[in-house]
Amino acid sequence: MSVPQVELKNMTKRFGANLALNNVSLLIGSGTVHALLGENGAGKSTLVKCLVGFYHPDEGHIQVDGREHRLNSPKDADALGIGMVYQHFTLVPSMTVAQNLVVSGARLPAYINWQSELRRLGEVTRKLPFHVPLDVRVSQLSAGEKQKAEIVKQLYLGRKLLILDEPTSVLTPAEADEVLGHVRSLARTGELSAILISHKFHEVRRFADDVTVLRRGASVRTGAVADLTDDALAEAMIGEPVSKMVQHAPKSQPKSDIVLSISDLRVNGDNGLPAVKDLSLEVRAGEIVGIAGVSGNGQLELVEALMGQRDRSGTMTVSGSSFNGTRQEIARLGVYGLPQEPLKNACVDRMSLAENLALRNFDRVPLCRGIAMNYGALADQAERLVAQFRVKAPGLNASMSALSGGNVQRAVLARELTQDVRLLVASNPTFGLDFVACEETYRRILEARNGGAAVLLISEDLDELLGLVDRVLVMSAGRIVHEVSAEGADKRVIGKYMAGLKAA
Amino acid sequence: MSSISGIESVPSKPLVTASQLSVALPVLAVLLASAIFAAFVALYGQNPATVFGLIVQGGFGSSFAWQDTLSRAAPLVLVGLAVAIPAQAGLVIIGGEGALVLGGLAGAVVTLPFAGAHALPMQLLMLLAGGLIGGLWFGLAGVLRQFRGVNETISSLLLSYIGIAVFHHLTEGMLRDPASLDKPSTHPIDPSYMLPTLPGVGVHAGLAVSLLLAIAAHVVLRYTRWGFALRVVGGSARVARMIGLAVNRWIIGASVVAGGMAGIAGAIEVAAVQGTANSSLIVGYGYSGILVAFLARHQPLAIVAVALLIGGMQASASLLQRRLGLPDATMLVFQGLIFICVLVADAIAQQLRETTRR
Ligand SMILES: Nc1ncnc2c1ncn2[C@@H]1O[C@H](COP(=O)(O)OP(=O)(O)OP(=O)(O)O)[C@@H](O)[C@H]1O
Ligand SMILES: [Mg+2]
Repeated sequence: MSVPQVELKNMTKRFGANLALNNVSLLIGSGTVHALLGENGAGKSTLVKCLVGFYHPDEGHIQVDGREHRLNSPKDADALGIGMVYQHFTLVPSMTVAQNLVVSGARLPAYINWQSELRRLGEVTRKLPFHVPLDVRVSQLSAGEKQKAEIVKQLYLGRKLLILDEPTSVLTPAEADEVLGHVRSLARTGELSAILISHKFHEVRRFADDVTVLRRGASVRTGAVADLTDDALAEAMIGEPVSKMVQHAPKSQPKSDIVLSISDLRVNGDNGLPAVKDLSLEVRAGEIVGIAGVSGNGQLELVEALMGQRDRSGTMTVSGSSFNGTRQEIARLGVYGLPQEPLKNACVDRMSLAENLALRNFDRVPLCRGIAMNYGALADQAERLVAQFRVKAPGLNASMSALSGGNVQRAVLARELTQDVRLLVASNPTFGLDFVACEETYRRILEARNGGAAVLLISEDLDELLGLVDRVLVMSAGRIVHEVSAEGADKRVIGKYMAGLKAA
Repeated sequence: MSSISGIESVPSKPLVTASQLSVALPVLAVLLASAIFAAFVALYGQNPATVFGLIVQGGFGSSFAWQDTLSRAAPLVLVGLAVAIPAQAGLVIIGGEGALVLGGLAGAVVTLPFAGAHALPMQLLMLLAGGLIGGLWFGLAGVLRQFRGVNETISSLLLSYIGIAVFHHLTEGMLRDPASLDKPSTHPIDPSYMLPTLPGVGVHAGLAVSLLLAIAAHVVLRYTRWGFALRVVGGSARVARMIGLAVNRWIIGASVVAGGMAGIAGAIEVAAVQGTANSSLIVGYGYSGILVAFLARHQPLAIVAVALLIGGMQASASLLQRRLGLPDATMLVFQGLIFICVLVADAIAQQLRETTRR
């Protein structure tokens, strides 16, 4: 099967009164990578969900090699060789990669002949430019390997048009480069075409041939990447010339009082083995401490332990008092957080946006008097926060999963940063945000710092980290292996520590 | 597999709104079950119209029928709450029967040492004892889940069997009244301690207790921060921990309150109807409670309405038997049909939601 040319024609999709797609047309040439850019909530995910048959467009249709198709279900998309790789992983962690691939087939026979399936799998993977271990449990793969395995799965299923919806958010920059490089070379060799949704201009520039910019559901700019400058793309995204990026507030001198103090922290991972080993660190008021590290080196467990989501041993004090994550302590000591994957880690899916915005203060005046909730006040607060943080949502009573990825993140920012923050734990806080929202998030984190808060920032993106923090700690294999102030930081040295090539 | 992989399940533009659906579905399910039940009785050579007529008559056709229905509805409301309250916290607890019989046993024996006391404190004591024991019983399921990772549905069901066995063991052994010859029972409670009849209604005061508890549950779940917190815990334990809610305490607390409801139901049966704890308590109220709660979508006020419906059906069973010679279990068949139809309707609604989402 050769790689088809796929064309979307005049796609319109409404969610109630909300026009998510407005007459969008898109042409993905055979063997090309087509990037989709746009602000949070512009309609990128909606467009590709129409293309894989998860949503039905109200108007418009899809042409594959000039033939018109209507996709009623993901099965139809599968039959056309269209498949999607998500931001989060869909492989079953407790099975091996090979088992995952074999059972992912749409038409599974009642009896699986593992021998012949594995042979076929071997043939598919042998031709690939990259290697994924087949007989290893998925739970033991790194994020980059998992994402590669997702791509292998698509190829194994015979997909010819690969849709990647922000596939690199959970990857380190190096992993992202590798994965996208493979996609690009597969496109080059005519194995597939791809649609790449990304908020990162440099990824679009390096790995895509064409680009289309969506704004408020409409396609406002399309063309070859080479013909468009970053500024032109940014302008198309937000609809006005990009103003000079906001100047970060001048750095303030860290105060001397220690806010967060951790000593001999030990935390176990999901597999029961120690993930954080005897870790000690301190963060002072008015200081941002960054934790650099390749994902999977204990950062997730560290954050969860700090947020009270995971058992730990060792001591943790905030402003001198011991902290166990109770509601009283959180409010008194001002400990808040921006976890990664906010839809899963910081929002309750079955509650409304307004209720989610109230999770921090639902039991305090004015939202609650005595034990009686005041839902009027709760709605007022939600309205205020939504306006202030420009959260785009179908309505205050919408469920969180009706919000676009970036808007979920904004809602969490709104909730956490409007509290009296004295310690902020932020884990990759700009994942999935468009560049305007990124800048805004940085600004708000810096504001919190300049207001005297202590900030612990965990990020896999070294550039982001070095641009923001006052001090960098490098985490590797569950320990802090290196510490350096931001001014004296050398990226190559840090990189070596991150890779575990140098021990402390 | 790939089709169910990772898409959020969001109703985008449903044909009907979610709240309409939540009323329409149970109604449709009951109608469908009625149709199947009609075919079933027709197989028995009965005219379905006559049967349904008798059900209405036997359940709601006279003041006597209403009294019977109401006094059956009282425990049903409580065992329904025993399923619905933990459901808010994301738990599926179905062992109401065990908590009910143990609560009944506790209620039956707790006043025995006190002869000639005032009635009201004794009556409260019985309800309290029933609630406590029932709460402890469900609390075990909550503890096992939070600290040992045991699935609460299975543990509560198994605990229910254990509870019933303990009940038999005690009523036939240590706590048996030697005078109860053919039906092992505890010593009868002082007749003056029996729950009074509600003036003007002709039904025991247990009905008022269960209505009050249903209203209280409604208010607490809907209008207080406790209800809010419980929904957070039920929606995502991770997030609940992040915002500082003590998840273990909420889960176990909800289980204890729920078991308390079932235990109180047992105590009411003893203190208002039986006068002793004996095997007449074990008539499947706990299991009917599952049906009540599911049919009512775990909404406390709807539970009252559904309990009336199911109570009425159960009340009409004897009339069906007397007039048409239908076996006693006929009504159980009807109940079972309704339950299956509700579950199927849920599954279909889930699918509908997935299609309308597109
Ligand atoms: N299931 C839904 N129900 C109602 N509205 C929805 C639903 N899904 C998306 N929307 C709305 O459609 C619009 C486009 O959302 P979409 O997820 O396509 O944005 P996006 O471009 O992918 O943004 P992001 O960069 O934040 O991921 C948003 O306003 C969103 O609130
Ligand atoms: Mg999106």
